[in-house]
Amino acid sequence: MRIPPRNTQALAVTLLAGATGLTLAVLVFVIVFILGKGLPVISLGFLFDNPQEMGKAGGIFPTLVGTLILPLVAILIALPAGVGTAVYLSEYTGDNLATRIIRFGTDCLAGIPSIIFGLFGFIFFVTTLKMGWCILSGALTLAIMVLPTIIRTAEEAIRAVPAGYREVSCSLGATRWETVLKVVLPNALPGIVTGIMLSIGRCIGETAAVIFTAGASLRLPHSVFDSTRTMAVHFYILAREGISNENAYGTAAVLILSVLLVNSLSYWMMNRFIARRTK
Amino acid sequence: MDIAIQISNLDLFYGAFHALKNVTLAIEKKKITALIGPSGCGKSTLLRALNRMNDLIPGCRITGAVLLEDKDIYGPGIDVCELRKNVGMVFQRPNPFPLSIRDNVSFGLRVAGRKNSAGLDEIVEESLQNAWLWEQVKDKLETSALDLPLDQQQRLCVARVLAVAPDVILMDEPCSALDPISTAKIEELMLELRRRYTIAIVTHNMQQAARISDYSAYLLLGEMIEFEATPQIFENPKDKRTEDYITGRYG
Repeated sequence: MRIPPRNTQALAVTLLAGATGLTLAVLVFVIVFILGKGLPVISLGFLFDNPQEMGKAGGIFPTLVGTLILPLVAILIALPAGVGTAVYLSEYTGDNLATRIIRFGTDCLAGIPSIIFGLFGFIFFVTTLKMGWCILSGALTLAIMVLPTIIRTAEEAIRAVPAGYREVSCSLGATRWETVLKVVLPNALPGIVTGIMLSIGRCIGETAAVIFTAGASLRLPHSVFDSTRTMAVHFYILAREGISNENAYGTAAVLILSVLLVNSLSYWMMNRFIARRTK
Repeated sequence: MDIAIQISNLDLFYGAFHALKNVTLAIEKKKITALIGPSGCGKSTLLRALNRMNDLIPGCRITGAVLLEDKDIYGPGIDVCELRKNVGMVFQRPNPFPLSIRDNVSFGLRVAGRKNSAGLDEIVEESLQNAWLWEQVKDKLETSALDLPLDQQQRLCVARVLAVAPDVILMDEPCSALDPISTAKIEELMLELRRRYTIAIVTHNMQQAARISDYSAYLLLGEMIEFEATPQIFENPKDKRTEDYITGRYG
């Protein structure tokens, strides 16, 4: 028995639309649920006051700062290393056994649960190097965690730059490095930014690796050698220890909004960059 | 005869594949030399050997000599980047960067460390004028080069090469992506450029070679079969294989 093509077409459209609808519904439900419970809690005081009684009352200001600083430092560390690796792998080496092993390694690294990175950071940075629980220990750990993401997205983006561009650049007397700087990286930028955004998202949402390395101090950090608490960790502790469900939802709502803000901001910056290059 | 490039006993291998076999050829100054032959005969490879673009291909090996102004470009102490500024290249497909028209033309100079100064603008204008593109683009230098029609894109690529002030211009089937009218314009431009530059062109188009070139080299399976003044090769080829090819009897 053969179903007429017109019907299979209709069936396919229904299924595909259904899948899309389901995905959207789940997404919207989660966001609406969290924002619905959290938004009423948010106020200027909630954002900019210090917490009291371990977060039962007061605001979340130190965790806001922690959430801002920790991923920032982590990306500042991971970005040069990651993009550098990607450039080296794709522009300066051929496809040989060594690079294949490196690629396989980064792929494996990307799949390791964050708690493992947290343990590693705790043992290596916090205890062995005696750095203690601090922003730097946390940022280094997060940097290692997101490195594979940055390397692979940057490498894909760099490979997607047409080979012809490199050829022309060389034929005009540019060295390989000048070609990388003036042609390859500018054209790979959108892909690199995507990788950065994914990485920032992972850093902002990370708890396990952060608790082990950056600690969970509720005091405002004064340098990268102070311990800090991010919003995700704060949320985890509030909910886990039953300190305040209300403030936990408030924190979660701020967390979602900040991820939204970071992503919109990077898109906006990227579009401006592209528009400026080719008016 | 005033020689710009002397190719002597050039052998080129891609890995185990012997792509060019003992090619000897002299490219005369301020003339157009056409490299013709069927697909895969090595004519593009030969062209790319003249500014060492083959260096970018892994596994490419070369023996023999290519003398540019009596200096072997494969010899020690050669700055490949300087060589490529001296021997510019126009590619098969128009391939401007996704940048403004101005930034495309000034690319080679900016790489060489020239800052955006008044001198740069003058070179951009002069290069565009010499590529017969100035009138069409002078009011939109800041717009994207990708918005230009194909033939103007190709002339932009010519301007981009002219801006770095080469002596020799290599053209790898520069018209194969263009319609006949645009092709005629590029050919006319080449004849004009010949007054100041040495030109080597790879072409699949017999008529094109006959129309514009002063010398023609016929390559077959990596061997140079015949190299003569163009009228000679088209009207009175010495080798049977050349005759077969130009009369369309080849394969």
